[in-house]
Amino acid sequence: MDVSAKESNAESAAASGPLKVLIADDSDSDRLILKTLLTRLGHHVLDAANGHEAVALFHSGQPDIVLLDALMPAMDGMEAAREIKRCAGERMVPLIFITSLSAAEDLARCLEAGGDGFLSKPYNRVMIEAKINAFNRMRLMHQTLSEQRDLMHERNRQLLEEQHVARRVFDNVAHTGCLDAPNIRYHASPLSIFSGDVLFASPRPAGGMLVFAGDFTGHGLPAAMGAMPVAETFYGMARKGFDGADIIREINQKLVHILPKNMFCCGVMVEADFELSQLKVWNGGLPDGWLVRSSDALFRLPSRHLPLGILSAGQFNAEMETIRTCPGDRLLLMTDGVLECSNESGELFGERGVRLAVEGLDTTGQHPFDALMRGIQRFTGSQKFGDDLTLCCLEMDYQEGLAALPEGAVPSILAGPAEWTCIYELREHSLGEFNPLPLLLHICMEVPGLRRRSGEIYTLLSELYNNALEHGVLELPSEWKYTPEGFGRYYSERALRLSKVSDHYIRFSFHHEPMQWGGRLRVICEDSGQGFDFQNHPVLQSTKMEQSGPRYAGRGLMLLKRLAESIRFHEQGSRVEINYDWYF
Amino acid sequence: MVDTPHLDEEALAELRDVMEDEFSILIETYLMDSKERVESLKEAMANEDSDAFAKTAHSFKGSSINIGAPRLGALCLKAEKVGQSEKLDEAPAILEDIDEEFQKVTSAFQALISRGAG
Repeated sequence: MDVSAKESNAESAAASGPLKVLIADDSDSDRLILKTLLTRLGHHVLDAANGHEAVALFHSGQPDIVLLDALMPAMDGMEAAREIKRCAGERMVPLIFITSLSAAEDLARCLEAGGDGFLSKPYNRVMIEAKINAFNRMRLMHQTLSEQRDLMHERNRQLLEEQHVARRVFDNVAHTGCLDAPNIRYHASPLSIFSGDVLFASPRPAGGMLVFAGDFTGHGLPAAMGAMPVAETFYGMARKGFDGADIIREINQKLVHILPKNMFCCGVMVEADFELSQLKVWNGGLPDGWLVRSSDALFRLPSRHLPLGILSAGQFNAEMETIRTCPGDRLLLMTDGVLECSNESGELFGERGVRLAVEGLDTTGQHPFDALMRGIQRFTGSQKFGDDLTLCCLEMDYQEGLAALPEGAVPSILAGPAEWTCIYELREHSLGEFNPLPLLLHICMEVPGLRRRSGEIYTLLSELYNNALEHGVLELPSEWKYTPEGFGRYYSERALRLSKVSDHYIRFSFHHEPMQWGGRLRVICEDSGQGFDFQNHPVLQSTKMEQSGPRYAGRGLMLLKRLAESIRFHEQGSRVEINYDWYF
Repeated sequence: MVDTPHLDEEALAELRDVMEDEFSILIETYLMDSKERVESLKEAMANEDSDAFAKTAHSFKGSSINIGAPRLGALCLKAEKVGQSEKLDEAPAILEDIDEEFQKVTSAFQALISRGAG
């Protein structure tokens, strides 16, 4: 070792400060030499003449490095080494044996007892200094690593704690809605505490359901942040009676504003009407949805739009695909995680896997949800799926009261208006472009007595409006809807006629007054259409009409008759007047 | 064996350098320690305890080499081997050699210290 190296070693020893070195040697002269050597090097020395003393000094003195003679009376070096290493626990205290032993098995025994290295007798000043410096570097590195590890543990603990709190907030906002309804089955396997996937379901005020499945780019906190406003928008608007297209448009608009450029949300919106047996679907960037039908071939619902959060409101198309269904049909929705499941050889489950799993199911009677889950499990060979994976199956099976909105859950302390009148008229192109029902419902909901019946009010308004629009203004014959061919024609004709509306209006006049028993809401709905032959309409002639099949207009009128106190038609049916009573 | 010097001048010079003022204390400590060790060896021989004989010889060897008395160290190594192979019948002769060498080392050290002191 040359002079400059020696100096740099001395510097590094000085830089790390003097060390506390425990030495144990039964030979007084050897101990004296070693102690003097180490003291001259600037270290603080604790010296022991045997193993017992060494262990005791280790406890009381907390040395940084230990030098032990291997063979000593009263507990030899090996035993002392074991005891010292046990006491040190996680702390890295280099333990060096000083020995003139040279047989390989003796040296091996020293290492087995916990020794980290050797120094041979006779002492060599240069070697001692170099060894101590080398082991001290190791000790410091270990110490740094331990500190960093502890820091990381602490950070991780803090992070988890924060995530737990955030999770509670998140779950309150992004609750599962009516996902527990008997006609819904779903699976969600979040990769971390927050998955990038969301799945929401809400009943609609007048029956039916809305389901939204989404997959944000990335996962964890950033994805959860994006999911919160989506949840709030979805549940808030669904409750107020907005339809799927309105909500998807609003969600897109929100996400465009809040998400950074490289983030977006693939999603599918489903609007299910069980009574009409029809589904409306909007798919933007999620894998194909599959309609598994009891009587027919699989029906595929591919993505026809860009994901949410990309297009500006002007470019965004919220048009939903309308599909006629039969009771018992099941719609499968999934996120990319399903297609991205991989097996041991790294192959992807893919669309092919989905198709194989759900094809030809009607012969086995197996539920498509179970079939797909089993298919994934069989393919991946484990119960644990990789990516964020969400799978949802909605069955077109309506049972009364399955998932009703909580009616009047929060009665307002404000009395609200008792006597009021309001006229709202929608004209021309707005008839095709704007859905006035949430707004009209909102006006009525100012009356606490009506708020408890939002479902019924919404149903009334929606029947009146749809009747006025489709049969009054657009003059669409309802019969079309009852054959598979007519169904498609009905909706394409509806869109066509809407685009050409001119000189038309639909006008709602509300009048509310208090009554002894509660209150009465009078609604007059007028339209600019030709009207219809209400005099001879079978529903209005006889209640036996109920048995005559699911005629849409008939069903609508039946509903009005059932819900309202009275119903009257004027002007060839283009003016309908109903009275709705509510009771304290 | 014959070529091995009683004292290793070079090692002693370095020790003197390290110990500075405490050099003479070190030598005295060594001599006192060694005297005890010679007695322990005799005792072990009398008790026919070859294990104790070997261990004491091992320690004695280590400190002798460290202090710069290589010839005594070499004799201790011989004694250690005798103890390890449990041939204590060879011990008396070796012990006699150790005794004799220790006397010489003691004289040499004492001369060294008085010279150093003077």
